Amino acid sequence: MRQPVKDKGGPPSVAVPETAAPGARAARRPATGAWPAKRADLGIKLAGVLVVLAIMELCSRLGVLPRDWFPPVTSMYAELFRLIVEQPLWVEIGRTLRAWAVGIGLAALLAVPCGVLLGSIPLAYRMARIVIEFCRPIPSVALIPLAVLVYGTGLEMKVFLITFATFWPLLFQTIYGVQDVDPVARDTARAYGLGPSARFWVITIPSAAPYIATGLRIAAAIGLVLGVTSELVGGAPGLGRAIAVAQSAGNVTLMYALIITTGLLGLTLNSAFAAVERKALRWHPAQRQEVAR
Amino acid sequence: MTLRRLTLFAQHLVVPVVLLLAFGLWSAQAEDFFFPPLTEIVRVFADNWLFDRVGSDLVPSVLRLLAGYAISVVGGVTFGVLFGMSRILRTATDPVVQFLRALPAPALIPFAMLVFGTGNSSKVFIIVLGTMWPILLNTLDGVRGVEEQQLDMARSYRIPMTARLAHIILPAASPRIFAGMRTSLGIGIILMVVSEMVASRNGIGYFVLQSQRSFEIPAMWGGVILLGLLGLTLSWIFVRVENRVLRWHRGANGLLPESDQSSKKAGSTARKNAPEVNDA
Repeated sequence: MRQPVKDKGGPPSVAVPETAAPGARAARRPATGAWPAKRADLGIKLAGVLVVLAIMELCSRLGVLPRDWFPPVTSMYAELFRLIVEQPLWVEIGRTLRAWAVGIGLAALLAVPCGVLLGSIPLAYRMARIVIEFCRPIPSVALIPLAVLVYGTGLEMKVFLITFATFWPLLFQTIYGVQDVDPVARDTARAYGLGPSARFWVITIPSAAPYIATGLRIAAAIGLVLGVTSELVGGAPGLGRAIAVAQSAGNVTLMYALIITTGLLGLTLNSAFAAVERKALRWHPAQRQEVAR
Repeated sequence: MTLRRLTLFAQHLVVPVVLLLAFGLWSAQAEDFFFPPLTEIVRVFADNWLFDRVGSDLVPSVLRLLAGYAISVVGGVTFGVLFGMSRILRTATDPVVQFLRALPAPALIPFAMLVFGTGNSSKVFIIVLGTMWPILLNTLDGVRGVEEQQLDMARSYRIPMTARLAHIILPAASPRIFAGMRTSLGIGIILMVVSEMVASRNGIGYFVLQSQRSFEIPAMWGGVILLGLLGLTLSWIFVRVENRVLRWHRGANGLLPESDQSSKKAGSTARKNAPEVNDA
């Protein structure tokens, strides 16, 4: 059962594309070493970004796209630079990030114990299933009006929404991780007379860890989306509201600078989580296998 | 056997029923403004959605979602195949794709309003922008995962490119494509609601927000429940289609016939929440 799940992009495959890539590349081009290939890749990537930016700049300068809507890219980045130097940007980023961190922290504190419980007791899983299956598809954003009503337009509202939205991926990843414990390892531990609590810490938690890490990475992305959305729709202070304010004030360049900031923030968070995931779980069979291949 | 089934059935139902009963009893006497009596919510839900507002709010929402989703599937698969087959193209576009994927789509709502106005097209644009990337990246990985031997075989038999695409590459990538599509479906519903909450004149998201602003709390809860039901229905339809299309794949992996309920469940749950969006 394990093999097919992996094939279909289950959690273990997090590592597949990343670690399999160098091997495949090396097989195809055996002459070049790892370093020159990496540097060439970097060159191509830079070129790709530059081409896109240059096209956008030209379209705006030459008037292919209406200048009022698409200011030149250079002026967007000039505005971004001004914002970075003059501080207000950091305040907005801080507001968004604070809610994000608290929300995900709370979600992890709630979801991981629940997931361990539901994953290790089949009866509990069966009993909770319908409730979970009904709550999960409710788009978290549908609760924005309720959250605004109950919590007002401050930090609490954002935290509530982020926690609700990130709870589900964390819960499901944990349940699946706990259910996916290698039966041989579990039986071996039992045969060697390890008690339930020792089995839990030595077997269950380590083997569920990669799944939880993946859940955290998914939650990081979802949390940011919810943070920005609740600021945009609910009017809580932060990056999302700043974007909306800039747009309604007609300051298009500022709006783009803020959108770029949001994108870069998302990119940073995502790569940070992915890097931590790779580093912390290097020992895990799912990652080791792929490296060895 | 039947008794065992009956107990299983009862185990599934007991918690939801108890919760509903508890909430019904509590809300009937609580007089809480935010949590109106269950009977009231059900009555208002029936008033609104059987079938007064179906044509005015539900249908436009679903149509926008389907339009955006369809564009994303076509675009994501096309570009995914393209990037999957060309290393240069894939490397060159990687930073831009990663940036656009990491950018929370709702942040672009003001941009969409500026460029597309407040009509349908801006909402479809937002949905496309959020749902395209999981499909694209999964297709890309799926295409890269095609067995080298098969491709070499096709090359040495001089099978034309279109046939290679139709008979080797796309079928081999289809499990991954579906995994991406499933992630995208959930994102699409979220973006459908968000896009309707900003500068809109109809749609379920608009209805929920308006209900809250006019303090019609039961109507708001009705909208939330409807969204839950919509999500449930769409994902049910999706699973049916996926099982149908990927039947050969399940069969080949020995997943379909013998595997017991629990492992199948675990597998499908995992796929639902798996990191479909791989960061290569």
